Amino acid sequence: MEQGHIIKVAGPLVVARGLVESKMYDLVRVGEDGLMGEIIEMRGDRASIQVYEETDGLGPGDPVVATGAPLSVELGPGMLEAVYDGVQRPLDVLERQAGSFLSRGISAPGLDREKRWTFVPSVEPGTRVSGGDIIGVVQENVVVEHRILVPPALSGVIESITGGDFTVRDTVATLVDDEGGVHDLAMMQVWPVRVPRPYKKKVSADEPLTTGTRVIDTFFPIVKGGVACIPGPFGAGKTVTQHQIAKWSDAEVVVFIGCGERGNEMTDVLMEFPELVDPYSGEPLMKRTVLVANTSNMPVAAREASVYTGITMAEYFRDMGYNVVLQADSTSRWAEAMREISGRLEEMPGDEGFPAYLGTRLAAFYERAGKVECLGSVPAGASVARTGSISVIGSVSPPGGDLSEPVVQNTLRVVKVFWALQDQLAYQRHFPAIDWLTSYSLYVDKVTPHWAADVSKDFRARRDEAMSILQRENELAEIVRLVGLEALSPEEQILMETAKSIREDFLQQNAFRDDDQFSSLAEQDRLLSTILLFHAKALEAHAAGASLADIFAAPVRERIARAKYLAPDQMAEYDSIASDIETQLVGGARPEAAVASAGGER
Amino acid sequence: MREYRTTRDIVGPLLLIEKVVDVTYGELVELEYPDGTRSLGNVLEIDGDVALVQAFEGTRGSNPKDTKATFLGRSLELGVSRDILGRVFDGLGRPADGGPEIIPDERRSIYGAPINPVARDFPDDFIQTGVSAIDGLNPLVRGQKLPIFSGSGLPHNELAAQIARQSAVLARSGAADQAGEKLEGEFAVVFAAMGITFEDADFFTNEFRTTAAIERTVLFLNLADDPAVERIATPRMALTAAEYLAYTCDMHVLVILTDMTYYCEALREVSAARKEVPGRRGYPGYLYTDLATIYERAGRVKGRAGSITQVPILSMPDDDKTHPIPDLTGYITEGQIILDRNLHRRGVYPPIAVLPSLSRLKQKGIGPGKTREDHADVSNQLFGAYASGIQAKELAVILGEAALSDTDKAFVAFADAFEDQFIRQGTHEERSVAETLALGWKLVAQLPRTELKRIRDEYVAKYMSSEAGD
Ligand SMILES: Nc1ncnc2c1ncn2[C@@H]1O[C@H](COP(=O)(O)OP(=O)(O)O)[C@@H](O)[C@H]1O
Ligand SMILES: [Mg+2]
Repeated sequence: MEQGHIIKVAGPLVVARGLVESKMYDLVRVGEDGLMGEIIEMRGDRASIQVYEETDGLGPGDPVVATGAPLSVELGPGMLEAVYDGVQRPLDVLERQAGSFLSRGISAPGLDREKRWTFVPSVEPGTRVSGGDIIGVVQENVVVEHRILVPPALSGVIESITGGDFTVRDTVATLVDDEGGVHDLAMMQVWPVRVPRPYKKKVSADEPLTTGTRVIDTFFPIVKGGVACIPGPFGAGKTVTQHQIAKWSDAEVVVFIGCGERGNEMTDVLMEFPELVDPYSGEPLMKRTVLVANTSNMPVAAREASVYTGITMAEYFRDMGYNVVLQADSTSRWAEAMREISGRLEEMPGDEGFPAYLGTRLAAFYERAGKVECLGSVPAGASVARTGSISVIGSVSPPGGDLSEPVVQNTLRVVKVFWALQDQLAYQRHFPAIDWLTSYSLYVDKVTPHWAADVSKDFRARRDEAMSILQRENELAEIVRLVGLEALSPEEQILMETAKSIREDFLQQNAFRDDDQFSSLAEQDRLLSTILLFHAKALEAHAAGASLADIFAAPVRERIARAKYLAPDQMAEYDSIASDIETQLVGGARPEAAVASAGGER
Repeated sequence: MREYRTTRDIVGPLLLIEKVVDVTYGELVELEYPDGTRSLGNVLEIDGDVALVQAFEGTRGSNPKDTKATFLGRSLELGVSRDILGRVFDGLGRPADGGPEIIPDERRSIYGAPINPVARDFPDDFIQTGVSAIDGLNPLVRGQKLPIFSGSGLPHNELAAQIARQSAVLARSGAADQAGEKLEGEFAVVFAAMGITFEDADFFTNEFRTTAAIERTVLFLNLADDPAVERIATPRMALTAAEYLAYTCDMHVLVILTDMTYYCEALREVSAARKEVPGRRGYPGYLYTDLATIYERAGRVKGRAGSITQVPILSMPDDDKTHPIPDLTGYITEGQIILDRNLHRRGVYPPIAVLPSLSRLKQKGIGPGKTREDHADVSNQLFGAYASGIQAKELAVILGEAALSDTDKAFVAFADAFEDQFIRQGTHEERSVAETLALGWKLVAQLPRTELKRIRDEYVAKYMSSEAGD
C-alpha cells in the first residue's frame, strides 16, 4: 500500500501528501500509532483526512499509510448486545486491552475472530441463489435468529455448504458464479458505511410501531419503517423518550446511537437493558439491542461516522427481514461534528456556520429508513422474498430551544412525525413533555385500518375526539385567562375538566414507574374511552339537572386518575369504573348520602 | 536545537512561528519575550514548518524579532502527588502559596483521556447537601456534574460553599422507610477559579480555612487580573488533580469550577484571533465539544473507590438561559440548579428556581435503601403542585384572587408556603433528608386529597398523618 506523510495538523484534521492512488473516503492509518482516519477532500497531491482519534503529538513528516478500502463495518453474528464506538470498535474489548480510559492507537475488530457460532444451512448444494438469499441461520441468542445472507452483488450456484461450529471468517459455503468464478462465503460480510445497502424496492409503510407511550401511540403514531424527530431544549425529555422507545417498542432489533451525548446515559442503558424484560419475547432487552456509543468527549470525527456505522448495521438486520428501530441521540451533535470538520477544511459556511450540504446529508441519512422488499429470490407461491423495515427516530438539540435553527428545519423537511418537546411542560413535570398542540404525525390515516382491526373500530374516533377536546381547551383557556372561568358555559367547564383529565390521567406517563412506563394499545383504548365516557355522562347529568360541583366531586374521578397504573390483568377494573360512572353521574340533585355510598363501594 | 527566534506574526494571544522542525500538534512551548516576560504556550496548528502557538500568559512584551520560542516535546502537564492537598496553585498549576515545589509521583497531561463508557459505573449514591430545594427535588449524587446557573449579584458562592461544607453520603438503609446515617469517607475538594475577583476567591479560601477543610482542598486560582488565555488550562489542571485524587488515592472529590463564563470567553478570544467561523454569539462552533471534555471528566469508574462530582458555576449573561454558555452546559451536564433573581429580591435564600432546575440522576439516587421509598412521589407531587400554584398566581394577577376556584386558591397558598418554608433556609442550616421529606408532607397535606395524583395511595396512608403531623 502507498505511504504518504503529514504536512499539516489542525485538530481532528490532518493534511497529507503522497496519497495519489487513494480515493475519496478511503481509510488511512495516521502516524506511528496507526490512528484511523478517512480521506474527505483531495486537492492536487494533498489529501485532507479526518482522524478518528485525538491528534496530539502528530506532526509534519509523520507517515500516513493507505489501506485502499473505504470506512466499513463488519456484519455478522456477534453484533447484538455489543457496544461500539463510532467506527465500530468494541468498547468492552478496548477496556480489556487498555483499561478504563480510552487511549490512542488501540484497535480491535468489530466482530470477535475467535468465537464459534453454530451455523445451520438452509439450502442444499446445487441451489441457485442470488444476492440477499438466506443460506443458513445462526441462533445468535435466544431472541434473534441471525440469517446468513448471500452478499448483495453475488449470484450463482451453491457448490458446497456445511453446518457446524465456525468463526465468522471460516468458509461455510462456496458459490460458483455464472462466469465460473468460485467464491468462499463466510458468515461475516464487510460493507462501506457511507453506501446504503441495496434492496429490491421501497414499499409503503403503514403498520404501527407500538411504543407503549400513550401520547405517541394514540396521538402521534409512527409506523414500522417511518421517520420521526424529537426536538427540544435540554431537559425536556428527548433521551428518556428515546430510551422508552428502545425499551418497549415492538421491533425485532434496536440500534441505539449515542452520538455526542453523555457517557452516563450509555452506562444507564448498559446496566438497565440486561435486567429489563422485553414484553414481547420475555427475554432481556439487551439481547435485541446494538449500541453505538460515541459520547461528547470522544473524538469528534468518529462522532460524524457513528450515525453511518449505526444505520449500516440496521440495514443489515433489515435485509434479514426484521423490523429495526434505529435511534440517534442527538443528530444535532452529528451536524456539529460536520460543522467542525467543515470549518477546519475552510469550506464556505452556510447558516450558523453549518456546511452548505447539511440539508442533503440529513435527508440522505433519513432516506435510509423505510420499509423495503428485501433482495433475494422469491419463493414459489409468494410475491416477495421478504420485507424488512428501519424506523429512524432522531433527537434534535436546538440551541436555546429555537426551532428555527438549521438542523431542526432541515430535519422537518424529511421526517413525517414531529414530537415537539416543550420546556414549560417539563418544568411542570408533565412527562412526556410532548406538546399535543404542535406535534404531528402524517401516519395517522395509514394506521387507522390497523387500529380498527387490532384495537377497536372506534379507536380513531376516540382519539380524534380527545384531540379536539384538547384543542378546544386551548381556545377556552385564552378566555379564562382574560375574564375568568365563570365566563364559560357549564358545558365548556365540563370540557375543561375533561381536558385536564386527558392531560393528567392519560397523557402524563412516568417513565420511572414500573406500573406506568408501558401501556399496550388495548390499555390505551380502555383508558381513553373511560375518560370520554365520564365526559359524555357528565354532559348528560348536567343536562338532567346535576350541579357542576356534584359532577366534579364524583368519587369515581379518583379511580379514573389511578386507572393508568392498572396492570394488564386488571382490565376488568375498567368495567367497574364504567359502572361507577353510570351510577354516580345521574341527573338531578342527589342527596349527600347517595354520593357517599357510591364512593364507599370502592 | 528546538529553540527559535523566527516569530512572524503576533495577533492577540497567538504567535505564528516559522521554520520550525519536528513540532507536533498540542506541543508545549516556552516563550521568552524581549522584555524578559515569560509565557507558556501550546501548538494549535502546525502547517509545514509554520506553527500557530497560543500564549497562555498573553503576548504583552513580545515582538517578532526577539521572541524566543522553545518547543518542549511534551504537552502541558501537571505533576501530582498526595502533597497537592492543602496547597494553592496558579492557573497553570505552579505553587502560588509560597510553599515548596511539589515532588511529583507522576506527571500527567492535563487533557486527560475520555472514560470508556463501558468502564463507567452509574452514579447512584445520594449526597445529602442539607439543602431542601436540592435534596428534596433535584438531588445530587456522587459522580454527577450539576452546575449552578447564576447571575451577577446572586448568592451562588454561598450556595456552593454550603454544598461543599454540608455534603455527606448516607449509608445504605435496610428499611424502606428510613434513610441511613451519614457516612465518613475520604473526601477532597478541588477548587478552580477562572477570572473571578480576589474577593470571591478569598470568600472560598476563608470558608475552607474556617471549616478546616483546607487540609483536604486543592486550589487553582486564575483571578480577574490574571492572563485570560491561562483560563483555558485552569479547569483541566483542576480535573487532572481531581482524577489523581479520585482514581489513584481513592478519594471522593468535589470539584468546584467558577466561573465557566470567563472560561468560555477566553476560548472565544482565541477563536476570534484565529478568525474561525463563529457559531452563536461569536462563540466557536466547537464550544460544545470543548466543554464536554471538561464536564465529562466527572463520574465514577468501575473497580475504583473514588469519584469526581462537579459543581461548576456560571453566570448567565443577562440572566438568559438560552445564551450559548448555559445552553451548551445544560446539554452536557446532568441537570442544573438555576438561581432566580425574583426569589432573591424577595429575600429567599437559597433562591433556587426549582421548576426549571433539574437533576437527571435523581431516579437512581433516591428511594428505598438510599433515601426513602416515598421520596420520588413526594418530589413529583411538590413539583406538580408548585407549578399549579404558580399558574394560579398568574391568573390571580389578572383576575384577582377572588376569581379563582377553591382548588386554585389552595394551590396559591401552597406555593407561598412552599417558597417560604421549603425553599427558604439558612446558609448554615443543615436539614436531613428526613426533615426535608417531613416538610414536603406537611405542605402537600394542605392540598385537596384528590389533587395528590402523583403519590401512591399506600404512601399517603403511611406517611401523610404522621409526617405532616395532623
Ligand atoms: N417520561 C418521563 N417520565 C418521567 N420523567 C421524565 C420523563 N421524560 C423526562 N423526564 C425527566 O426529565 C429529565 C430530562 O430528560 P432527558 O430525556 O434526559 O432530556 P433531554 O434529553 O431532552 O435533555 C429526566 O432526567 C427525567 O427526570
Ligand atoms: Mg438528552
